[in-house]
Amino acid sequence: MATGIKDKVAIIGMGCSQFGERWDVGTDGLLAEAFDEALADAGIEKDRIEAAWFGSCIDQVNVGNSAIPASMALRLDGIPVSRVENMCATGTEALRGAAYAVASGAVDIALAVGAEKLKDTGYGGLPPPYKGTFNDLWLPMGSAPAGFAQLAAGYRARHGISKEDLKRGIAHVSWKSHQNGVLSPKAHLRKAVTMEAILQAPMIAEPLGLFDCCGVSDGAAAAIVTTPEIARALGRRDMVTIKAIQLAISSGVETATSGWDGSHVRNTRVAARRAYEEAGITDPRRQIGLMEVHDCFSITELVTMEDLFISEDGRAVHDVLDGFYDREGGGVPCQVDGGLKCFGHPIGASGLRMAYENYNQLLGRAGPRQLSAPVFGLSHNLGGVPYQGIAAISILGLHA
Amino acid sequence: MTFGITAFGAYVPRLRLSRQAIATAHRWMTGGAPRGKGYRAFCNWDEDSVTMAVEAARDALGTADRHKAVSSLTLASTTLPYADFSNAGLVAAALDLAPSIRVDDRTGSQRAATTALIDAFTREQDGAMIVAADRPRTQPASPLERVCGAGAASVVFGRDDVIARLLGAASVNATFADHFRPSDQPYDYAWEERWVRDEGLGTIVPRAVTAALASAGLTIGDIRYFVMPSTIRGAAASVARTLGFKGDIADPLDEDCGHAGTAHALLMLGAVLEVASAGDRILLAGFGQGADALVLEASGRTPAMAGARGVSAVLADRLATDDYLRMLSFHGEIRLDWGMRGEKNDKPALTEAYRASHQLAAFKAGRCPACGAVQFPQLAYCVTPGCGTPAQDFGQMSLADVPADLMTFTADWLSYHPAPPLHVGFVQFNNGARLMMEIADVPVGALEVGMPLRMVCRIKQTDTARGFRRYFWKATPVALPA
Repeated sequence: MATGIKDKVAIIGMGCSQFGERWDVGTDGLLAEAFDEALADAGIEKDRIEAAWFGSCIDQVNVGNSAIPASMALRLDGIPVSRVENMCATGTEALRGAAYAVASGAVDIALAVGAEKLKDTGYGGLPPPYKGTFNDLWLPMGSAPAGFAQLAAGYRARHGISKEDLKRGIAHVSWKSHQNGVLSPKAHLRKAVTMEAILQAPMIAEPLGLFDCCGVSDGAAAAIVTTPEIARALGRRDMVTIKAIQLAISSGVETATSGWDGSHVRNTRVAARRAYEEAGITDPRRQIGLMEVHDCFSITELVTMEDLFISEDGRAVHDVLDGFYDREGGGVPCQVDGGLKCFGHPIGASGLRMAYENYNQLLGRAGPRQLSAPVFGLSHNLGGVPYQGIAAISILGLHA
Repeated sequence: MTFGITAFGAYVPRLRLSRQAIATAHRWMTGGAPRGKGYRAFCNWDEDSVTMAVEAARDALGTADRHKAVSSLTLASTTLPYADFSNAGLVAAALDLAPSIRVDDRTGSQRAATTALIDAFTREQDGAMIVAADRPRTQPASPLERVCGAGAASVVFGRDDVIARLLGAASVNATFADHFRPSDQPYDYAWEERWVRDEGLGTIVPRAVTAALASAGLTIGDIRYFVMPSTIRGAAASVARTLGFKGDIADPLDEDCGHAGTAHALLMLGAVLEVASAGDRILLAGFGQGADALVLEASGRTPAMAGARGVSAVLADRLATDDYLRMLSFHGEIRLDWGMRGEKNDKPALTEAYRASHQLAAFKAGRCPACGAVQFPQLAYCVTPGCGTPAQDFGQMSLADVPADLMTFTADWLSYHPAPPLHVGFVQFNNGARLMMEIADVPVGALEVGMPLRMVCRIKQTDTARGFRRYFWKATPVALPA
């Protein structure tokens, strides 16, 4: 097996725009906000960046095709810039491109940057994606919540959980994120919400109510990566390195054969096994210090706790209700910054925004929400839908 | 051997609107107490004369290989979705009929179906199939709005196990304008009912009946059942009196369907065939710019014996509503604000639609010869990890009649959907195939994991900018919760 990229790439600078309803700026302004912070954090001049990866997903409300608009926005003159798009895994995909370029030795310093301007749609929720000339002819045109809500029916059927218990479990997931979001200045939604409000909210896609769905926001995030050697030469002492980045993508097995039972996300499990192996993690429930997972919907976060092998199968609902994933619950804090739930989900930015929280927590810079001495931070994205999607996992850690 | 009708099928949309609700909605303009009995059938947003025809034809063909014997398909309707594009061809493709059969759209009059019946009996072509489907579009507050319904019926002809044979038939041509609809207009224009009843039905139908009885060598006293569809209450009884008919006047299916245009004569005939005994003679009349009359003799074999659900069962499979505005919206009579989500460009690639037509129209899944996996869609290689057999080696099988049940589901209130909520879920077929499908005709809160489902052919999407309508299969509960 390949040796992987563990400790071959260090993050020397990260930035994150204010997330929210950014009526004040366009995508170029969001990109600049994240990029300026990352550059300042890295303490380098812009012309040290030798290559960049730009993540954006939805063409209707973004800068358009290719990397040209991003290169123009950040005035990245003459260097190779690639646009990547892998649905909700786009931000992590941009980081992967930059990290692999550095790990290969092709460049010394690379930039990953991602942005999405969802509030330019004119409504809440994502625009319906084009699925291709063939799939558009037969696939139901369900919304994103409809795609994920079906996990609830599958999960209940598999584990014999009542509608009411599962609804309470997923409500706790959202309640927890809102509690954490209060302490997160860059989050879109910064108000605590009561369990009652969550349980009583209008239905979006059964059983997901309004508070079971993440916000629709504008935002951007960026990372500057290099080798640990160059990082040290730049004066870095506390150093965050990439321990693993793994992707797993559906081949159609879940949707077209009878092997999958609808209760979990198969590709998250595949990607997690590979990521833990690459990072050298053997007991994730004990070793992972914090997680930012793809809580596009509360049910997604709940099943992800099992798919990442933190909770045993069928136990996530109990662990969640026991507070195991709460910030001060004594377990593995999840969505310490409020997650997609409170930041919203500007698709191209989310993976990098999650890495930003892990990076800051590992460096002890997370202010009032700082955890005590985490060693590994995991982030997880789920592009597409649970049954036909892209699982992306990155694990960051302190460099020994 | 006797030539005749060997199979019969029926379809009436599940959705039924209370006539009381229609009357109540118009009370402000009509005054008086809102009157109206029973229910009228109406098409869901994704049903039209093509989809109803497919369902009625499937009822007649059953799940056996009977469709292989179909040698021609005639589709009779005055509400076909396409003016220039073979509607019968769409029905034949959904039924997976042989490409070599002749397909034919019959339209222009509500008696198109009875005329087609006379043709088929006269030609004595084994495997001829006639499907009639109609959904008269009725102007809000018009009398026809309450009287009309929607539905489809189909018959197959042959020589084995005949349900009914022809004893005699006749037609009369008369440019009698009881109602008419110009090609570019949405609604029928109807003349005074009393004139239509007395001078039209009361005069023209008896002329056709007299000739038909003569050709059969029978008199009116030899007839047990009289089947005559009409939008005018009591018209059949009035014509029966003129004819001196003493038998049973067929049920107009008013209680739970309403007049289904071109399809109605066949639907009423189907209901009679369910109860007719061997040797019973049936007088079937079709009216519209003249009249057709057919004298049939029942064999005692019923549509149910041939495997059909038939008229009484499709009428009993119902989803009643008082939502008058829902019918208006589905009929395109009111423009609701669906929000920005409804502003989609639905232009399909007609090239891709043609390339994939065997999968989409007849719902063909591929069966891998190496590992046995049944898969939809059929991509270039087998879906089973480690198998990867090329798709050109796959066997082809339709999922349309394969038993299935519900594996996951949700009711989606966020997506644009013409009939919210959009019900979707994974459908697990008992041959191992699986796909995510839209679930049609479901009341909110009715779905459960494990619920048995059957497949129905529906409109998948209409490209409203260009008017192209495409069809695909959806799942629906086999039985609605009581």
